[in-house]
Amino acid sequence: MDMYGELILEHSKRPVASGLRDGHAGEAYHVNTTCGDEVTVRVHLSQTAGADSVLAPGDVTLTDLSYDATGCSISMAATSMLAQEAIGESVADSLDVYRGVQAMLTSRGQDAGDVEEIGDAVALAGVSKYPARVKCALLGWSAYLDALARAGVDISSVKSSIKTP
Amino acid sequence: MSLAFSVGESAQIRADFPILARTVRDEKPLVYLDSGATSQKPRVVLDAEREFYTQHNAAVHRGAHQLAEEATEAFEDARATIAAFLGGNSDEIVFTKNGTEAINLIAYAVSNAAFPGAVDGADLAAAARLSVGPGDEIVVTEMEHHANLVPWQELARRTGATLKWIAIDEEGRLGAPESAISDRTKILAITHVSNVVGTRNDLAPYVAAAKANNAIVVVDACQSVPHLDVTDLTVADSGIDFVIFTGHKVLGPSGIGVLWGRTELLAAMPPFLTGGSMIEVVKMEGSTYAPPPQRFEAGVPVAAQAVGLAAAVRYLQGWGMDRVHAHDEALTAYALEQMATRPWLKVLGPRDAAERVGSVAFVVEGVHPHDVGQILDDDGIAVRTGHHCAWPLHRALGVPSSTRASFGIYTTTDEIDAMMASLDRVVEIFGVNS
Repeated sequence: MDMYGELILEHSKRPVASGLRDGHAGEAYHVNTTCGDEVTVRVHLSQTAGADSVLAPGDVTLTDLSYDATGCSISMAATSMLAQEAIGESVADSLDVYRGVQAMLTSRGQDAGDVEEIGDAVALAGVSKYPARVKCALLGWSAYLDALARAGVDISSVKSSIKTP
Repeated sequence: MSLAFSVGESAQIRADFPILARTVRDEKPLVYLDSGATSQKPRVVLDAEREFYTQHNAAVHRGAHQLAEEATEAFEDARATIAAFLGGNSDEIVFTKNGTEAINLIAYAVSNAAFPGAVDGADLAAAARLSVGPGDEIVVTEMEHHANLVPWQELARRTGATLKWIAIDEEGRLGAPESAISDRTKILAITHVSNVVGTRNDLAPYVAAAKANNAIVVVDACQSVPHLDVTDLTVADSGIDFVIFTGHKVLGPSGIGVLWGRTELLAAMPPFLTGGSMIEVVKMEGSTYAPPPQRFEAGVPVAAQAVGLAAAVRYLQGWGMDRVHAHDEALTAYALEQMATRPWLKVLGPRDAAERVGSVAFVVEGVHPHDVGQILDDDGIAVRTGHHCAWPLHRALGVPSSTRASFGIYTTTDEIDAMMASLDRVVEIFGVNS
């Protein structure tokens, strides 16, 4: 079937930046309750938040994203693609990628995704035709956003859309 | 492959289930191998519900008009049919919303029994058996569906009792009774058949160990009732006190479950849900309650569903539960045989079909069950993927989740062949080394 393109299989077999590393600013563990898939995501940032201040996403660089995941090829590939797109970039840019990925995944096949905007994640476009699988593709993303929030990054610009379908 | 039903009979059975004629995913014939999650419904069940609504609908046990009389009679006839199917009496049958509610009913009746004056005039010996508190133990098994685990965890939390469990081995068989059952055991809650690995538990030694301490024994029969004659569970000397099952897995409608219980225990149990229908006399200062089963059926009962479930049971009885079971065993044997020829496929649970009922769960080496299920779905094949509401069991077997094919009276070996061909395609797509 066409949903499992080469990119998905490649990312799921050889995930980018896989493994948990120390020196993180925030960590989150998320689980897909329907299948038991699990992911722990750590965010490593260019600066730390003060005790009672939040970091603006545009002011912070994601120096590393480390993670430990067990799951289906869709959730593994999606998390790997997230790492590939986000590491070394401004956190604000990764939130833009999230918005693009989320819009594509919830479009019921109407939005093919823009490779300039979301990179390899366009390979996940086929997932949007299967509502039960959208959660799989967003598992790593939801843990990432949560980890950012725990690290003191202001994610209010995407917060209203975090709820996975 | 010799099955219990002839080719002609099998075709007749399939024609009784309208949904089996539809196609899915671009005109592919539906191959429904998810009956362990919910069964499909024969036309006689749909007709029985429709006839109830179009001809007899009224609130049962209320009103004296003709429709109320007819509705009440239909509801109580359904109770008698279910009672006979289980080998019990009508006053031992309580209708609930589903199997989960039936188990919660028992667990809440037990904790409500701790309050003084819970049931006036209750038999003291029966009431003593219902009393659970600190120092007492509730025993479950590691293969339980969450529905027969979480209510007992909660009962332990509410009462201060301790939850113990019987572990399973790597082939999905239960450990020895004495590994968890002791003289502190007050309740044993155990499944007849595993909803994942399909193991048919030999209940006798576990029941005997529990009975040695006069413990209450609750059997979850959700997965066995669709395939087996279970009247041995309710005979006078079975040692089993409660049997529960759900209607929708046994060709019946959704929205109905069944609790069978021993008369003296039901009589000593305080209610779980309270309100209309379950009362005797209501005053502003307090109320007294109706005898069982009405005491446990608060609110307007699920009449149409009961009538539909009775029709489902009669449908199975029409073919004969011995043949229904033989059919399931032959399908299981066939599936296991086909799977054994695929070295990349690992079956969970016992390898002998005689030890199993209703389903075969498995893992495709290196491929996540969601991905397996996705390819199968693309070929029109419906299976269950995930932890199947039995997370601890999967943890015990060392797998995060699995794929499960489960069967019904309408399942054929052709459907198992279709699944195997699709599984071969999974291996091609994901490049698993065989």
